[in-house]
Amino acid sequence: METLEATRDTAAKTVAQGNGRTPKKKSSLPIGVRLRRDWQMLVLMVPGVVFLLAFFYVPVLGNVVAFQDFQPYLGIMHSEWNGVQNFINLYGNPDFWDALRNTLVLAVVQLALFFPVPLAMALIVDSLVSNRIRRAFQTIAYLPHFLSWVLVIALFQQSLGGAGFVNNLLRQAGFDPIPFMTNPDTFPLLVVGQLIWKDAGWAMIIFLAALSAVDVSLYEAAAADGAGRWRRLWHITLPSLRTVIVLLLILRIGDILSVGFEQFILQRDSVGPGAAEVLDTFTYYAGVVGGDWSSGAAAGLAKGVLGALLLWGANSIAHRLGEPGIFQKRGGES
Amino acid sequence: MSGRTEQVGRPVWKERPAPLYQTIKAIVLGGFALAIIVPIMVVVSTSLASDQDIIEAGGYVLWPSHPTFKAYDTLFSGGLMGRAIGVSVFVTVIGTALALATTIALAYATSRPVLFGRPVLLLVLFTLLFAPGIIPMFLIVKQLGLIDSLWSLILPGALGAFNFVVMRTFFMNVPQEILESARIDGASDFMILRRIVMPLSKAVIAVVGLFYAVGFWNAFFNALLYINDTAKWPVQVILRTYVLQGKSLSADQLGVEPLPQPQSLQMAVVVVALVPIAMVYPFLQRHFNKGVITGAVKG
Repeated sequence: METLEATRDTAAKTVAQGNGRTPKKKSSLPIGVRLRRDWQMLVLMVPGVVFLLAFFYVPVLGNVVAFQDFQPYLGIMHSEWNGVQNFINLYGNPDFWDALRNTLVLAVVQLALFFPVPLAMALIVDSLVSNRIRRAFQTIAYLPHFLSWVLVIALFQQSLGGAGFVNNLLRQAGFDPIPFMTNPDTFPLLVVGQLIWKDAGWAMIIFLAALSAVDVSLYEAAAADGAGRWRRLWHITLPSLRTVIVLLLILRIGDILSVGFEQFILQRDSVGPGAAEVLDTFTYYAGVVGGDWSSGAAAGLAKGVLGALLLWGANSIAHRLGEPGIFQKRGGES
Repeated sequence: MSGRTEQVGRPVWKERPAPLYQTIKAIVLGGFALAIIVPIMVVVSTSLASDQDIIEAGGYVLWPSHPTFKAYDTLFSGGLMGRAIGVSVFVTVIGTALALATTIALAYATSRPVLFGRPVLLLVLFTLLFAPGIIPMFLIVKQLGLIDSLWSLILPGALGAFNFVVMRTFFMNVPQEILESARIDGASDFMILRRIVMPLSKAVIAVVGLFYAVGFWNAFFNALLYINDTAKWPVQVILRTYVLQGKSLSADQLGVEPLPQPQSLQMAVVVVALVPIAMVYPFLQRHFNKGVITGAVKG
């Protein structure tokens, strides 16, 4: 479930790098010779490949249940095929549309409110001169990323919940308690708040890395030419970050339909499905809990395909704009 | 931090920020840090507080005046929570070992231009773009007979594409000359991996191992999906059931009586889920900045 931009970004960069880095092909050797030479390497690949087949590629094929009237006791082999009937059912299911609408609303709110925070924080941290303060802040800011969602929401509940300590303080001070955790109207804000609390510090890491790669002599030259703080930010820092920002934005868009599954499943009870039902929780409740396997799989498949299309679309737009994006078209080193 | 270190660190072209900016920076960074620290501190303090402290403070204490481990005694004296900790530890240890072995082997095998190296690499990277979906995953785990088995929490997490990429990048940066000379001396691939590549990669193995460990310890949804038997629940599911959903930990579930203030007991559950992370975190943190992450980013 780790779909943090930072991780995806590094992954993507390495792909690009890998492309440029396999120049010497020894394809001239006959396959028998290579087999004899590489057999140990092939053995090393076996566990990983078995894993990929068992827990990725076979399940991907398992998505065919979306086109079946799947009965668990009959299994995939003997269940009836029913074409796109499940998708037609979804189309007529108001719960599905609620889930889709919630997903999109939450995704847009997250994109608008979460995305700029790590960038802004990285700029502030980078401007700190004292290494001690900078390191202390980073230590604290990275920590929540390693806490589980259950723990994060438990902490939020204990802090902001109806009986939590913030409301305790409010009550002791003679104010009315505020239902931070259970108000469906402000739920998107709560969710983004949790996301910022948990991951903004960690997401900052990648901007800091990009910032540390900026050539300092550019700043010196600009300063010598009389550029002040804001000019340097605008004309040097931000342009240097452009590639990273675009890359993260693309990955974010590809991931837009996975707004944070555990976060929602954990809070669905307290806020109600009206606000907290997203595509992933719909899949879970319809399929695993409700036993309507085919509808669940259809919703899940629709989500997966849409996500991949969005990613591809965002990437090709980036290409048009002259950015490298996630995967290079061919060869180009950047 | 004295004024002198600041003077040394500041480049000549960088002017000292105006007091206004400095205040804003301090508020933003300080506020964020406090927002992270205070909730954690309150939870830890409350778990350690005596019943009397909690009643006086009206539910939560910032600092326990009469610290007691009563809540922890109750938790660890067996029953559901004791078993859950056992489950979580088992899954984390075995899962991490298995995942590390799989990842190291696959990363090494694809880090060099060998037969099928390239297609296998693409096979892994494709998993970054698409997820199989909840229902097919559930069906495959069920088909393999892993429902209600702890292996359902371990096997699906045995290879993380991101960890694989970090590992492979590191292996590719091991100087080729060392590998070549070992090869000329007659070392096999297995031996090169064990005697040369792995000792050179201790840092990255440690970090990736800790990433896996954190993942296994934190896994909640897999347990919710695949484990129905309460005796096999990991800590995270207990945390959800008894703290978030507020189901009461009754005396017979814990196997003991009498109960301390439930508030401190609930907080103790939170702390139990938190402590292992807090313990490995310093080790993780040491490697972040200049180590794996930056290295992989700069490529």
